[in-house]
Amino acid sequence: MTTLGPRRVHPAEILPWLALAALPWIAPDHVLLGSQIAILALFALSLDLLVGHAGLVSLGHAAFFGLGAYAAALLALHGWSEPLTGLAAGGLVAGLAAALVAPLVVRVHGLAQLMVTLGLGLMLHEAASRARVLTGGDDGLSGFDLSPVLGLFPFDLYGFTAYGYALAVLAAGFLFYTRLAASPFGYALRGLKQNPARMAALGTDGRRRLIQGFVVAAVLAGIAGALLAQTTQSVALESLSFHRSAEVLIVLCLGGTGGRYGGLVGALVYMAARDWLSALSPHYWTGWLGAAMMLTVLVVPGGLGGVARRLHGRLPRLHRATGTRVAAGGES
Amino acid sequence: MTGLPVVVFDGLAYGMLLFLMSVGLAVTLGLMGLVNLAHGAFAAGGGYVAALAMSRAGVPFLLALPLAALAAAVGGVVLERLLFRRLYGRSPLDQVLFTVGLVYVWIAAATAAFGAGQQPADLPGFLQGQVDLGGVRVGLYRLVLIGLGVAVALALALGLERTRIGALVRASVEDAEMAGGVSIRVGRLFALTFTLGAGLAGLGGALAVPVLGLDPTFPLKYLAYFLIVVCMGGAGTVTGSFLAAAAVGLVDVAGKYYLPEIGAFAVYGLAVAALVWRPNGVLRA
Repeated sequence: MTTLGPRRVHPAEILPWLALAALPWIAPDHVLLGSQIAILALFALSLDLLVGHAGLVSLGHAAFFGLGAYAAALLALHGWSEPLTGLAAGGLVAGLAAALVAPLVVRVHGLAQLMVTLGLGLMLHEAASRARVLTGGDDGLSGFDLSPVLGLFPFDLYGFTAYGYALAVLAAGFLFYTRLAASPFGYALRGLKQNPARMAALGTDGRRRLIQGFVVAAVLAGIAGALLAQTTQSVALESLSFHRSAEVLIVLCLGGTGGRYGGLVGALVYMAARDWLSALSPHYWTGWLGAAMMLTVLVVPGGLGGVARRLHGRLPRLHRATGTRVAAGGES
Repeated sequence: MTGLPVVVFDGLAYGMLLFLMSVGLAVTLGLMGLVNLAHGAFAAGGGYVAALAMSRAGVPFLLALPLAALAAAVGGVVLERLLFRRLYGRSPLDQVLFTVGLVYVWIAAATAAFGAGQQPADLPGFLQGQVDLGGVRVGLYRLVLIGLGVAVALALALGLERTRIGALVRASVEDAEMAGGVSIRVGRLFALTFTLGAGLAGLGGALAVPVLGLDPTFPLKYLAYFLIVVCMGGAGTVTGSFLAAAAVGLVDVAGKYYLPEIGAFAVYGLAVAALVWRPNGVLRA
């Protein structure tokens, strides 16, 4: 019925976005946190294309996030301060790097794949920390200014523009993700996750689809990284670290894989919990985070999205459209 | 190239530590398919037991070592029965998430209990100094580490090949369901090997304190190394882990010695190349 195909967007889905858009008026003190949530949600969405769709678990996804961040920051540092082209550059650099390593990553499966992505991520982190001339090493990059978004909205001290900008990019990424998931390409990726042998028998070039999926996910991650660099006007080496890769996996699993709201819900819950825990116990909040991760796996496998799906499955079938979503995306 | 023998020696000693700390991970991975990223916590736990026993209770080094192994083994069996058992058969993603969470909990708990700083651990006098080995002067403790690593590897390999329990373990690695079908109590075997692996990690962790230092982030700092050893060696093999650990130790020490500007790059590169070449471990075609 709509261009979004079988996974059509329910009209009520506009409500959470309206709520997000109203944040600067509801809670003006929390727009910085809001920007971080939007960026993390976009990053998690990009990872979900791999984990939730292609069935490709990466422990080094931060590599592409960091590449995008450094690309955008370097561009701004060298005088090109237009934000949208900076985003595109971040995505492009990440995508090119992904195209370079994707054949290695899709060659292997399971644990070896985890390790190859982890190893590549660590290599990039190591390289970035050594290449001080380019990346500033452990100090990172900062001290660059950006021109107004679309020539209209200058970045302000309070982060209102940054928040609006991040939210708009997230919304665009969200629509892109939704369309991709409903496209033949999205179906091919999910098919490859469920049964690669059968997909090959159907004539799908699995290797090629996975490489393409890997590159698309990396582009999206690069855009998220560039967004972080632009909205905070700095890049830290941490944006390439294993910690960052682990964090986004946690976010995704918390929210649930394979559904379009997983990344957003996960980012929201994760950042809120992080904010709350780090205020409650500044030294040990990562320990509480770890405990929450363990509990998530033991108590709510499939994340919050999985819980929602199971609850939804128990309701009478009011919405056929979302009913098919349960069938198509309910792999967990 | 006067440094070469020393580099080889240090690399091998470092590799033996890696072997002790990761062989348990290789076996649990092969036997239970468990991606346990928290395995390093057993090594760190053993390290803390040894370091604290020596510095606070005055326990001699040689007694602190078995103490550390025992403590880690007890921790292993308790955690296996309470937590890890629930993860067998779950997706790698769940396992990764759970065990990374456990590492975070460990770091916070260890920081709260022992402080964030390095633990002091001095070698006893009789293990310090150097010995002359055919014109090359090498650290005595390094020599002891290599000897111990080789001895443990031999014992494990013989145990796996020649004993009844070893045969049961090999059968379960090959096909756990079939092994259960011929009334091998796979669950109990899991617990046993997990405990043994944790104990060895504890021993390795205790031995590593004077060489690598020890702070609460130890399991995270060396996580990549453990995983590289296990993946390169192949899941479930002792020989593979041994060779991979030696190679990783050598390449890492040589890389940092001859090409300090590229740091750990060499060993990560080696790992990625090895994995792409032989995804199931270098010994498996």
